[in-house]
Formats: sequence, structure tokens, C-alpha cells
Amino acid sequence: MRGKIRVLVGKPGLDGHDRGAKVVAAALRDAGMEVIYTGLHQTCESIVEAAVQEDVQVIGLSVLSGAHMTIFPKVLKLLKAKKATDILVIGGGIIPIDDMKKLQRIGVRMLFGPGTPTSEIVDWIRSNTSEPKKPSRRAKRSVKKRVTKKRKK
Amino acid sequence: MKKEEWNEKVKSCEERQVEFTTVSGLPVRVLYTPDDIADIEYDRDLGYPGAFPYVRGVYTNMYRGRLWTMRQFSGFGTARDTNRRYKYLLKHGQTGLSVAFDFPTLYGRDSDDSFSRGEVGKCGVAIDSLRDMEILFRGIPLDRISTSMTINPPAAMLLAMYIAVGEKQGLPPRILTGTIQNDMLKEYQAQKTWIYPPGPSMKIISDILAYCCEHVPKWNTISISGYHIREAGSTALQELAFTLKNGFTYVEHGIKAGLSVDKFAPRLSFFFNAHLDFFEEIAKYRAARRIWARMMREKYNAEDPRSYLMRFHTQTAGCTLTAQQPENNIIRTAYQALSAVLGGTQSLHTNSMDETYALPTEKSAKIALRTQQLLAYESGVANTIDPLGGSYYVESLTNELEKGAYEYFTKIDKMGGVIPAIEKGFFQKEISRSAYSYQKALERKQKYHVGVNVFEEEERPEIEILKISRQVEKVQIQELRKLRKQRNNKRVREKLRMLRKAAEDGESLMPRILDCVREYATIGEMCNTLKEEYGIYHEPIIF
Repeated sequence: MRGKIRVLVGKPGLDGHDRGAKVVAAALRDAGMEVIYTGLHQTCESIVEAAVQEDVQVIGLSVLSGAHMTIFPKVLKLLKAKKATDILVIGGGIIPIDDMKKLQRIGVRMLFGPGTPTSEIVDWIRSNTSEPKKPSRRAKRSVKKRVTKKRKK
Repeated sequence: MKKEEWNEKVKSCEERQVEFTTVSGLPVRVLYTPDDIADIEYDRDLGYPGAFPYVRGVYTNMYRGRLWTMRQFSGFGTARDTNRRYKYLLKHGQTGLSVAFDFPTLYGRDSDDSFSRGEVGKCGVAIDSLRDMEILFRGIPLDRISTSMTINPPAAMLLAMYIAVGEKQGLPPRILTGTIQNDMLKEYQAQKTWIYPPGPSMKIISDILAYCCEHVPKWNTISISGYHIREAGSTALQELAFTLKNGFTYVEHGIKAGLSVDKFAPRLSFFFNAHLDFFEEIAKYRAARRIWARMMREKYNAEDPRSYLMRFHTQTAGCTLTAQQPENNIIRTAYQALSAVLGGTQSLHTNSMDETYALPTEKSAKIALRTQQLLAYESGVANTIDPLGGSYYVESLTNELEKGAYEYFTKIDKMGGVIPAIEKGFFQKEISRSAYSYQKALERKQKYHVGVNVFEEEERPEIEILKISRQVEKVQIQELRKLRKQRNNKRVREKLRMLRKAAEDGESLMPRILDCVREYATIGEMCNTLKEEYGIYHEPIIF
């Protein structure tokens, strides 16, 4: 049996707009992926740490607060430091077109603007990742709970 | 022609869609007739404007006397930047102010807090202390304008700062007019801006109610908001039901805190969304008025008619704006604004066409304001009251939404009320399910969004965007550090200590917060002091 594609959907910073993140998380789950949703108000550090620990192939960040030019570069930098640049970083939110271009130049693989059909995101992830050869050792564990617990420390 | 005959005839006509529903999914019949509103007794169920049950409007002559307040939600960068925008909007005929704060301010964090990095002045104006508020309202006499502040966990601090700015202008608190949002229940449900758990949050709200009753009697103490519930993805019915249920919960808490209902209820106001489905929105506002009036009189035994009035602000739906073909947003917003006016709103914000990219430019904000002025001065819709009253469809939809809301009330009561239902994740689940099913309906083309899933264009538009300079954060932090050096820190510490003590002893926080504010204590310092006593909230994660 092959494993499922694993995606971490993250809400970094103070931004409370979680409609898009949740809709995307639900759509990826319904498309058969394993989704780890971090919940709100995460630091870039905690997102990268969770992504590495959970061995995800993709990090999807949702930013509607205007802080995208701080958050995306920071996540890329932290991934580099962890030697985890094989994890693809994608995102969405309220991001001006010029900023989208800049972010894609520094290594954000794809940014999906408002109105993107979720099927487009599913297709992009499928064609840019391969299903892991074996299921994750952690696949059966409730990752959501673990992430929450960690936050409470 | 007889109805039966027509019914037969229409059945044989082909329809362009399999199913007709409102944007929220309520079935819409092909025609509404007197049969659909046969149960309505005019005096009992509709009445006259300014009279029970207020379905047709909260004031006797509505817009014939005074138009709605044109109140554009606005704020970005530093207090200086936003002060300039306020003056621009006022010069172009805006009639009230509405402050948008940045995320650090909304969460009670200072601009130099590590969590604030990258967020300072981005989606609103950065306010750290009274000094910023003094700059924000420089040259704006607070006795001649009403100000609405979208602020929740630190609402008490911002209200205290506003009072202090008033004092500096020589104005006593009793003449100040405006609103603080101060609606924490919908924060846990939808907007997700919280600091403390629900218990302490409700305590702070009760303190504000009591303080304002005595000292700031013209202030709207809670703006009970459906807007964010709808933006998070709810249906019109959920927005209506959850908002009103939250409203009743505040009433119950106020009564429990020992206040007489007629003392604080007249200062409660509401805030609704104006979404895509024109008639459904109008019915929603009308139903809200009837439910509020009846419940306040019959369940909460209010006697002052002002306690029965569901007065509300409306904002057009940000979530319906499209990044594709952004100019269409002007038209979309105009229809939404029309529904708010036909629904009898007391004040209105119209969104700008560029808001799926950034905060609005001066130009797009002006077009949004002009949209309201066109409605008010050209269209004639403000010349008679509730012109859709008596419409078979609108009245029938009003009844249907009202009935649905009562069903939700019963369901929430069975869970033990609003706060237990929040803790169970009830609202969060309801809202995210609706959001997801709407998204699926769009993708299956059961619902349309022009430019997104119908009449799409390949080209990306080139539009002008407001940019917030990175300098803003630097300047704001520099100013904050300067302030910390200049003020009397011994007195600040003393006042913060007294705030902590008031929290420990369960005393009213408002006088202590005012003391802190006058000494230029920062929002972060005050909120952190209270965090030590109250703890912080963690949300159950559901999607």
C-alpha cells in the first residue's frame, strides 16, 4: 500500500481569517490527502517544526493579514536551516500580484489567489508531489491533537 | 385566471435551472401570492415604523428625517497616515468615523512584540498608547462626529483612550457618541480575535456596560455582530440566529451582573453583512427587528421601547469581492448597499473594489463612498419607508428566516447556551460546513460568481494598490520606545499594579484602565497584566 500525500495547512501570525484555510484543508482531505491543520496564531518556527516532524511534502500557508512579505521568507529560511527544502511551500490569501511574483522568485512554489477552485489546488499538489512509497509511521496518529498540545506549553 | 390554472400552466414551462435557492440554500418558489402571507396580521406582525414590532423600521420617519450614517471602515499605517485619510473622507461627505486597527492592536500586543513582526500598520492603524490616539483624532472634534471602533478583547482600553482624547479636547465623556464592537462571543465563533477565555471576557463586557450606563450614556457598548459570522462562511439564517442569540446572552449577563435591562439594552446595537442575495438580506434585517423586539419585551421584560430597537450598522460582504475583474466589485457592492438601505440600516460601509488585494486606495475608497451618496441622493429609494413591506416574497421570506432562527435558539439552549456551544465547537462547525458546501456549490456551478466561475477572463487586471511601507513598523517601534522613556514609569507601574489588583478582586476594571491610559501605559502592558490574572484562550481545532 502506498502512503497518502501529506500536507500541512498553516495559519501563521495573528491573522484570524480561517475560512479559506479550513475550506482548503477539507478539500484536500476529501481528495484523499492527509491534512494537518495547525489552527490559528502559529509562529513560523512551530509551523516548520511540525512540518518536518510530520514528514509532510507540502506546507500551505494562508495569510490575509498583509504580513506575507515577512512570513513566507521566514518559513523558507527556517526550512533551509532544517535542511528540509524538499518540502514545497505554497500559499494563498490577500496578496497583491507584485508581491506574489516576488515571493515566487524567492522560492514559494505557488500562490493561489481568491476565487481559486479547490480542485486546482488539489491538481497542483498531485502533479508536483509523488505519493510516499510507504505509509507514514505516524499516519494513524491524530496529528491534530499533538499540534494543539504542543501549543499549550 | 385562477391560481390552480396558473399553477398547471407554469408547471409545463421549462426552467433554466434544476433548482432555485437563495445564496444560503433556502428554496425559492416560482411565485409568491397573498396565500403566502395569509397569516400576517398587519398591526401585530408588521406595525408602523417606530412602533412595535418595528419590522418596517426603528424610527418613525426613517430616512425622510435623516439619512443613514455613511461610515467607511478605515485605518492603515501610523496614526498620522490614518488621520490624513479620515480628513479626506470627511471632506468628501462621509458622516461618521470607523477605525480599523492593525492585528497587534486587535490582539492587545504592542508594536515591538515578537508576534507583531510584519503586521504593524498592515491591515489597520497601529495604536500602542494614548499618544497614538491623540494623533489619530488630531483636528477632529469628538463632539461633532461619532466614531465606531472595531475592537474586541482590548475594547475597554480603546474606549478609555477615546474618553481621554475627549478630555484633552475639553469634552466630558457624557457627550461622546460612538460604538465599540466589544462582542467577544462572535470572536470565539467566527472572527477569532481573542485573548482571555470566555468567562473573563464576559466579565470585562459587563464592566463596560455598567461604566457606560453611568458615565458615557450615549455610547453604543456592544455592536453585536453577524458580519464576521457571515464572512467566515455562514448562511444568512445562521448569521441572523447566532447574532441574535449572542445578543440575548449579553442581555442575560447584564441582568445577572445586577443591571436593569432598560438601563443598558437601549445602548446595544447590531452589525450585519450585506451579501449577494438581495431579497434574502432584506428579509434578514426585517426578521431581526421583529425577533429582537418581541424577545426583549416578552422574555426579558424590558419596558422602555428603546430596548426593543434593533438598530444596526451594515457592511457589504468582503467575502463576495473578486480578485478577478475587480471593477465588477463596484457594482456588486452597490447592489449589496441597496439591500441594506431597503432593509432599514442605520449606518453603512461600502467596500472598495481593490480589497481582495490590499487595503483600499484613496480613489477606490472614494468610489465606495460615492456609491452610498448615489443611493441617498439620486435613486429615490430613501424617500419612502420600507418600500418592500407587503411584498409577498419578502414578507414570506422574513417569516421563514424568523422561524428558522427560533429553531436555532432552541438547539443552542439545549446545549446549555452560547458559551457551552462555543466550547463544544458547535458554531465553528456549523460555519465551516456552510463555507465548504458553498465552495463546492461554486465548483459544481450550482451557484455563480461572475468572473470566478462564469464569464471568466484570462487576463489579470492591472490595478493600483495601496502599499504600506516597511518604514511604518520601524517608525512605530521607535516612537513607542521614545514614549517608554518619556512617561513617568513609576506611575505607570503603580497604575498597572492597581489594574491587576482590581482584576484579582473582581472589581470593575474600567476606572483602573482609565488611570493606566492617562499615564500612557501601552495596550500590551495592560493586556499582559490582565493575562496574568485571566489566562489565555485556546480554540478547539475543527475543520
